[in-house]
Amino acid sequence: MSGAPISPIRQPLVTGSKTYHQITEDLCGPTEKAPSKAWVIAFLISVAFLSLGIACILWTIWKGIGSWNLNRTIGWGWDITNFVWWIGIGHAGTLISAILLLFRQKWRTGVNRAAEAMTIFAVLCAALFPGIHVGRMWVVYFFFPYPNTRGPLWPNFNSPLLWDLFAISTYFTISLLFWYTGLVPDFATVRDRAKGFRRKLYNLLSFGWTGSAKHWQRWESLSLVLAGIATPLVLSVHTIVSFDFATSVIPGWHTTIFPPYFVAGAIFSGFAMVQTLMLITRKVLNLQDYITLEHIESMNKVILLTGTIVGVAYLTELFIAWYSGYVYEQFAFFNRAFGPYWWAYFGMMSCNLLIPQVFWWKKYRRSIVITFAMSIFVNIGMWFERFVIIATTLARDYLPSSWSWYVPTFVEVGIFLGTLGIFFTLYLIFTRVAPVVAIAEIKHILKSSGDQYASGHAEKHRTGQSLVVEDHHH
Amino acid sequence: MSKEVLYGLYNDEEDLLHAVHAAHDAHLDIMDVYTPFPVHGLDDAMGLDESRLHIGGFIFGALGLLTAFLGMTWIFTADWPVIYGGKPYWSVPAFIPITFELTVLFAGIGMTVTFYIICGMGPGVINKTLDDRITDDKFCIAFDTHDFEETGLDKIKEFFSSTGASEVNIKTL
Repeated sequence: MSGAPISPIRQPLVTGSKTYHQITEDLCGPTEKAPSKAWVIAFLISVAFLSLGIACILWTIWKGIGSWNLNRTIGWGWDITNFVWWIGIGHAGTLISAILLLFRQKWRTGVNRAAEAMTIFAVLCAALFPGIHVGRMWVVYFFFPYPNTRGPLWPNFNSPLLWDLFAISTYFTISLLFWYTGLVPDFATVRDRAKGFRRKLYNLLSFGWTGSAKHWQRWESLSLVLAGIATPLVLSVHTIVSFDFATSVIPGWHTTIFPPYFVAGAIFSGFAMVQTLMLITRKVLNLQDYITLEHIESMNKVILLTGTIVGVAYLTELFIAWYSGYVYEQFAFFNRAFGPYWWAYFGMMSCNLLIPQVFWWKKYRRSIVITFAMSIFVNIGMWFERFVIIATTLARDYLPSSWSWYVPTFVEVGIFLGTLGIFFTLYLIFTRVAPVVAIAEIKHILKSSGDQYASGHAEKHRTGQSLVVEDHHH
Repeated sequence: MSKEVLYGLYNDEEDLLHAVHAAHDAHLDIMDVYTPFPVHGLDDAMGLDESRLHIGGFIFGALGLLTAFLGMTWIFTADWPVIYGGKPYWSVPAFIPITFELTVLFAGIGMTVTFYIICGMGPGVINKTLDDRITDDKFCIAFDTHDFEETGLDKIKEFFSSTGASEVNIKTL
């Protein structure tokens, strides 16, 4: 973006005085080399978990839902906990690519590609759970409203569970289109460097991209509109997931703050997963010049903000439960904190509300070790949150005679580990096939965010008339 | 239908922009410009019209909105009315989420498919390119030699050398 003046207080987002060609080399490189030993080991482990997951899913379908420990009182357990956890993680990608694009946050370019990929894989993992938890998976297409010979009988369009189906399938489709359209010019870059079989493969993947000015213009128009519609979409998805609970009559679930609280939690957990992946990716693929401490700090600020919003929501829930004067509501929250699953509640409170407060200090926001540890804490904390909301609440319902206790079976744990396997397998394949940082977008911001163009150094490098990068001291 | 293309490569988008402006001033008819990333100001310099893709997006979105809303209305009031939770058959607020989702879905799919079709792109499509470095670090201005049969190509070659092109080549597309 030539012509845009660089603020002297902005940190560069691309370091190492890169030229356009170096950017191509650095970012295409990982797809061109043989995989490293670390990659192969990670891939084998992921595939092992994936296989375990498939075995457990097949067992569930073969044996029936009775192979899980759900019971009459606790009808939703690890299945829906994992579903909401994954769908929450799948929120960061579109947030980074869409909302930050609309807000013109240039730091998104370093992480958007990988975050969007992560989103798509996480939504895939999430979508698995509603599919298998219905028990009779072979008739799962009954969900879709299509003219059928059973009447035709239609699904209930007033049900939040059906809204959820539409929200998630739309979200997956739009994320996939957005991600792939962004990838097409970069696949063309890889194509034009490749020979033999790889050339054929990337010919197919790059859809015949030429880099024509008119195509770029349309590409930018498409990206902007997709970002514009993906922004309310991403907010709607977790809002609708929260409706699955909020429109019910279960104390602890039917609260009106659920939509914003769930959306903030989703962004919070999504960014944590982005941090987990990006910290490893930048190290393994040597991308420290593209995913800088500046990027990490920016994401930590988002984690601090959304974590605090989630924390405020926890406290608001507690206050409103007490203030409502409604004994069942009061009991639901007393039960969460001091009932049989108290450890999940305190895990959630400490991982999500207390521990992220360290990010008020700049020193910790810019520390790789602290950030990595934090990202794991948040991932765990957000899993606990969903478990607390779902299983803990259901375990103690209106009648003490129907109170129950729930521990997952090996099959349920296996399916969860399996989704982790699916997620990491897909992510590892992605790092081999596609440039994990958006090449064209990095080149596009180079002259406004490259370190060699930062204030004070600009005049030495380029004196093009439309490039205004001199100091702006007043 | 092959055409012979004379093209010059530039090393920087600033040089490219100056050259495109110069070509415009000299009334040289540019066939196309190819760049490794979107260069802002290029569409103005080339005199390209604004993309109308977003209008297509709006139409597809409106189509999705109507499909969802009218579809649910027909199903719940005419085809198979069922009372759910004591609500009226035509419970408009409950239709909002799905109406919104289908609006977004139709707009997104419609626009993306339109984009690939009007750009002549898609799975399995191979478009010949002028130079492999255009997707790396070269910025290319291309002229169709047919447009310069009378005046001769020297005029363009002179243009390339005066605007600082690093390479000039001819290729048949």
